Amino acid sequence: MKTSKKEYSRMVEKASPPSRLVKNCTWAFMTGGSICALGEWLYRFYMNMGFIISDARLMSSITLVGLSALFTGLGWYSRLAKRAGAGTLVPITGFANAVVSPAMEFRSEGLITGVGAKMFVIAGPVIVYGVLASVVYGLILFFVSPMGR
Amino acid sequence: MDYIAAFITGGLICVLGQILIDLTKMTPARILTAFVVSGVALSALGLWEPVVDFAGAGALVPIVGFGHTLAQGMKESVAKEGFIGIFTGGFTACAGGVRASLVFAFIAALLKKPNSRE
Repeated sequence: MKTSKKEYSRMVEKASPPSRLVKNCTWAFMTGGSICALGEWLYRFYMNMGFIISDARLMSSITLVGLSALFTGLGWYSRLAKRAGAGTLVPITGFANAVVSPAMEFRSEGLITGVGAKMFVIAGPVIVYGVLASVVYGLILFFVSPMGR
Repeated sequence: MDYIAAFITGGLICVLGQILIDLTKMTPARILTAFVVSGVALSALGLWEPVVDFAGAGALVPIVGFGHTLAQGMKESVAKEGFIGIFTGGFTACAGGVRASLVFAFIAALLKKPNSRE
């Protein structure tokens, strides 16, 4: 039986996803889970230092963001991300990586048009639509729900 | 126990993201955006707070938690300031993460040798 290139690639795609999907998901689970467990540890650490709950949460986020920036700067984050996929993307460290990475990449185009303009090229939409969604929620709270007042 | 809850919950949220990457070919920016908007919606419906109570950082560290923080901030500011709160609130709650990213990104860009590739 003769198989065209197209058919072959379709067959490969058909045959490969399950095992690859399981492998990718295992990596995502282990990495993402570890980052969250680290976040929990940091939260406890800051609570023990005497921060109030919301400040301890904030401090642990900032620490994770700082660690992510450091790892991104050293080139480790992208190396881990190749295997961990969503495990490194979905946690807040992935958001930080999405800000730090283009900032560094576009350094060569200058501080204003490079770093300044490109820093939020990936993370920008996250902020835009996150804020828009929260404004919709705010409008609903104010106009629809009597509890909003 | 709390670490296990954080690990498993956070891990599962990442698995969901991985399934989206592998099966729908969604780009990272789209996944992050979808997760944040979902976080706002889940929080608005009161569905995320219980997950936070159960998993702590497991529900807050994933970007869904960023949406949750936005929604909670909005709720507080509307309750406190009324209509104006719709414009002023929401963002302060999660400003820390965004601002830290911005500052660290700028420092990283400054420290980077202009022609090296990371």
